[in-house]
Amino acid sequence: MALKRTTWLAVAALLIAGGALAFIALGDLGSNLVYYWTPAEMLDAGSKAYGATIRLGGVVQRGTIAWDSGHTELTFRVANDMTPTAKNVLVRVRETPPQMFREGIGVVVEGTFDKSQVFTSNRLMVNHSNEYRPPKPGEGDRWKNTLSSDTTSSARPK
Amino acid sequence: MTHALFTVVGVAVVGGGLYALVRGPASWRAGVAVLALVLLVSGAWYGLVQAPPDREMGNVQRIMYVHVPAQWMALMAVTLNFLCSVAYLFRPSWPKDALAEASAEVGLFFGAVGLVLGSIWGKPTWGVYWSWDPRLTSEAILLVAYAGYLALRRFIDDAERRAVWSAVVGIIIAVDIPIIWFSVRWWRSLHQMQSSPSTVDPDMVRALRWNAFAFLALWLVFLSTRYLIARARTEREMAPPPMVAEAAT
Repeated sequence: MALKRTTWLAVAALLIAGGALAFIALGDLGSNLVYYWTPAEMLDAGSKAYGATIRLGGVVQRGTIAWDSGHTELTFRVANDMTPTAKNVLVRVRETPPQMFREGIGVVVEGTFDKSQVFTSNRLMVNHSNEYRPPKPGEGDRWKNTLSSDTTSSARPK
Repeated sequence: MTHALFTVVGVAVVGGGLYALVRGPASWRAGVAVLALVLLVSGAWYGLVQAPPDREMGNVQRIMYVHVPAQWMALMAVTLNFLCSVAYLFRPSWPKDALAEASAEVGLFFGAVGLVLGSIWGKPTWGVYWSWDPRLTSEAILLVAYAGYLALRRFIDDAERRAVWSAVVGIIIAVDIPIIWFSVRWWRSLHQMQSSPSTVDPDMVRALRWNAFAFLALWLVFLSTRYLIARARTEREMAPPPMVAEAAT
């Protein structure tokens, strides 16, 4: 039995597929569907950012990680980038941070922002870069003691 | 230039290997299955013992040696499904339809394995098993799409209509393949961008390559076996009913 050739279907399907891909790739989808906001974008939105559940993404600013005296509440600042003058937001979390959480690492936090200018989060996620390296000589099992290091366990001054 | 040459040689070797496994005796497939097992076991040693831990993630990072190959095999399989779908509509033949069916199922299998492994990796590193970031979402869409594709094949009784319409669907859902690949570049995501040998320690690259070849051997065995099953099914469908066959002789 000879099979019918259906070239027109191939052309039509390829056109639909190509069009859809072009729309997604070249269209302005990124600005409507962002996975997270940067601190600068959120601060620029002003009062419009208050109250709604949003994701905020950036890097943990150096020297800002602090626990309260009961070691149940974690605060730190999420900044646009690692420059000292980068726009940043104070984040409060009541969750055990992932093992890799530390100064300078990328984070995405889910929660709400309000007029007290504090971002209260119930979900703290840590990014990893695309770099994979063994520990440098003398570093040992570096990853095992990140949370007990001095920078992360210091109590926040009252 | 060397990159292009490497790609051409790679595609030729994989394609030739698949052709040989489909046409050759069953013992060849058994041989490659044994090879895959040997490579997987030695690959586990490579990944778990020989390769160093990651300085940020520690031993958890070793899941990369199975997560990444699984996703590579998934993307290869669904790309093959796309090529078979296009080829079928331009020049229809049963082998193309059978290879399309086989590659969709193999792609769904490796994609699901890769997604589960990625999720297990996500919990200790990201802090969550799942988040609706562009990479994870587009991968989830891929799995749902190819599950739908396979369901569609079961719903259509007439073999030729099944071949034609699943080819159309195979072309349209393939849109998701480049989206998955570029999602980490086009949009902000939790998932990191693709690594390259320059961002990965050479010892880790070796372990990853070894495991990728192990998965490739497994991929070839699965794909060729599933192809032969699909061919046998279509042939049975095409065969005239026994009564008619007897009357004709």
